[in-house]
Amino acid sequence: MTSSVERARASADMLDLPKDPARLPDPVDHGMFEASSLTVSRWMAIIGMLAGCTVFSAVICLQFGAEYIRLNDILRILVGSIGDSVTDAETTATILFHVRVPRIVLGFLAGCSLASVGVALQALLRNPLADPYVLGVSSGAALGVSIAVLFGVGTTILTMSALPLCGFLGGLAALAIVYRMAVSSERLPVHSVLLAGVILNAVFSALIMFITSIMDPNRSFGMMAWLMGSLTAPAYPALIVLAIYVFACFGLLLRHARALNIMTSGDEPARSLGLDTERTKRYTLLLSALLTGAVVSYSGMIGFIGMVIPHAVRLGVGADHRLLMPAAALVGGAFLMVSDTVARTVLSPSELPVGILTALVGGPFFVYLLAWRKDRMS
Amino acid sequence: MTASVTGGEKTASLESGLMEAYEIRSLYFRYGASRSASRPWVLEDLNCSIQCGEIFTIVGPNGSGKTSLLKLLARIVPVQHGSIMLYGQPLRELQQEDVARSVAYVPQDTQQIFPFTVSETVLMGRFPHRHRARWDFGFGWESQDDRAVAQQAMKTMNVWHLAKRPVTELSGGERQRVIIARALAQNPRVLMLDEPTAFLDLQYQIESCALLCRLKQERGLTIVMVSHDLNLASQYSDRILLLDRGRLVRLGGPQDVIEPEVLEAVYRCRVLVDEHPVSKLPRVTLPGRTTGFGAGNLSH
Repeated sequence: MTSSVERARASADMLDLPKDPARLPDPVDHGMFEASSLTVSRWMAIIGMLAGCTVFSAVICLQFGAEYIRLNDILRILVGSIGDSVTDAETTATILFHVRVPRIVLGFLAGCSLASVGVALQALLRNPLADPYVLGVSSGAALGVSIAVLFGVGTTILTMSALPLCGFLGGLAALAIVYRMAVSSERLPVHSVLLAGVILNAVFSALIMFITSIMDPNRSFGMMAWLMGSLTAPAYPALIVLAIYVFACFGLLLRHARALNIMTSGDEPARSLGLDTERTKRYTLLLSALLTGAVVSYSGMIGFIGMVIPHAVRLGVGADHRLLMPAAALVGGAFLMVSDTVARTVLSPSELPVGILTALVGGPFFVYLLAWRKDRMS
Repeated sequence: MTASVTGGEKTASLESGLMEAYEIRSLYFRYGASRSASRPWVLEDLNCSIQCGEIFTIVGPNGSGKTSLLKLLARIVPVQHGSIMLYGQPLRELQQEDVARSVAYVPQDTQQIFPFTVSETVLMGRFPHRHRARWDFGFGWESQDDRAVAQQAMKTMNVWHLAKRPVTELSGGERQRVIIARALAQNPRVLMLDEPTAFLDLQYQIESCALLCRLKQERGLTIVMVSHDLNLASQYSDRILLLDRGRLVRLGGPQDVIEPEVLEAVYRCRVLVDEHPVSKLPRVTLPGRTTGFGAGNLSH
């Protein structure tokens, strides 16, 4: 007891608070802070739990596909003790390592990126409906990629990194336009941002359609499938490069988590709290475009994950971006992984583009949010 | 101590060992930076100083540059021409964070759409004091001292019992108190408020004004606020700055500024100024319907 009083007195000294004993600050009620704000232990617990769930769902997803592979067999192949029939085990191993694992990894990376970009854009625009798809960032990136494909940059190994770069440039252009359009009055009205996104989406889609229509029919079919959002896993080297790229961008974005907390209180209040708001905006928009560009170039336009996941996760873990961002990334990754598994299983042996599935889930959710917000805000 | 500041004489304040919190020298400001030379000045040739530990209220008609001045002082908008010194240091050369450690700003209305809890919101006030540890990934976890200060601030503002509630669910008055608590958590020397009573009912208006006086006395805070409420300014301020179209009209104690001729010239309407029956400070009232004169028959 004495120690807490002494500590209180010491902090009173340090903080230049009144030294009058009657006015000594009360000892800190840590219980209250633990219940009402984010702590390191809660962060660890939630992130640990979500990571566990993600690994679990990845293992479940590995089992499903055109052919059902039992968990037992997966484990046996992983340990290396090959089963009874050698040829059978080899096919299974090939399916597992060259079809399913890359695809699950790509699904996870794409979901991660889209969800974390959604979190960042929502905080930056102070708009819970922001999402790379709704704001036209995805279609900007897609336009960049389709232009690159039209002019024949692309499919070769040498230019492996060219498509994500084009995606990035397209996404960045889209973000810059949306931001300029929406920022006209200082307060960034929620609906004008959405409107800007809708208009941009329409224009970009038209341009993409134009490009698709002048392409040679063989390629334009692949292009359509890609645009609808489908995970086509690249070979391992490209996948590893993508993984490093996504984690690097995500890490840099996460470093701005506390700044994003401050940003949500508004531009001017954020500045008065000592945040360099222009720098935060620039960094966050740049990283968002980088992530979206890469993801779109590999998986096409997968919608609504960037809006639905952050919103749902926020309901569960609270608004602090230091927890929200990684939690949403994990949940988004797991969600896309599972959706993709469903998409490639329900109509098996043919596949449903996963973008259709996420849009079917996300579209109604978006409408619900919009209706719900109308009577709360504005 | 209060008396020496009230008059606004520089000599008196210097004698009592008080220094100036702000020193404003030939300040000019307009929106849209240098490109738009045709735009009118929002603030024009402003010279004044703000003493430590006083309640300094900026009043004036709509569009007179009150809020712009406040934002300039908080370094939310950059100084263009002229200079502002904060405790002897030019504001232009200070970092945003340095300013935030000594100046806290409470905006007129804060909208938070994300469900941050009250204690998370107040802890945001510790942002300019964060430690930069290499290992914590820029997260800047709040320390024990951060919590101590935040708790103190919440108790001062009587929002401690709300700590777990999301700010999105609070009433206007409660939210205002939370935002002031966040400002106090910055441990500032100067507290700035933009229309602190605009959205508050009578009870909260009185409460928050009493609170400002208490903060001034207990913590020696310098309080700079913008208000439309001339009575409030008169009753609670040590000094009042009256602006009109970006120019200083009067600066001084309530008796010097709240004068019928001055107000009529600035606001272009008739007002009644008499003495407050209790505080003996000037009191402003609108001429009633029965008195027979209105804004119409004033020749300006």
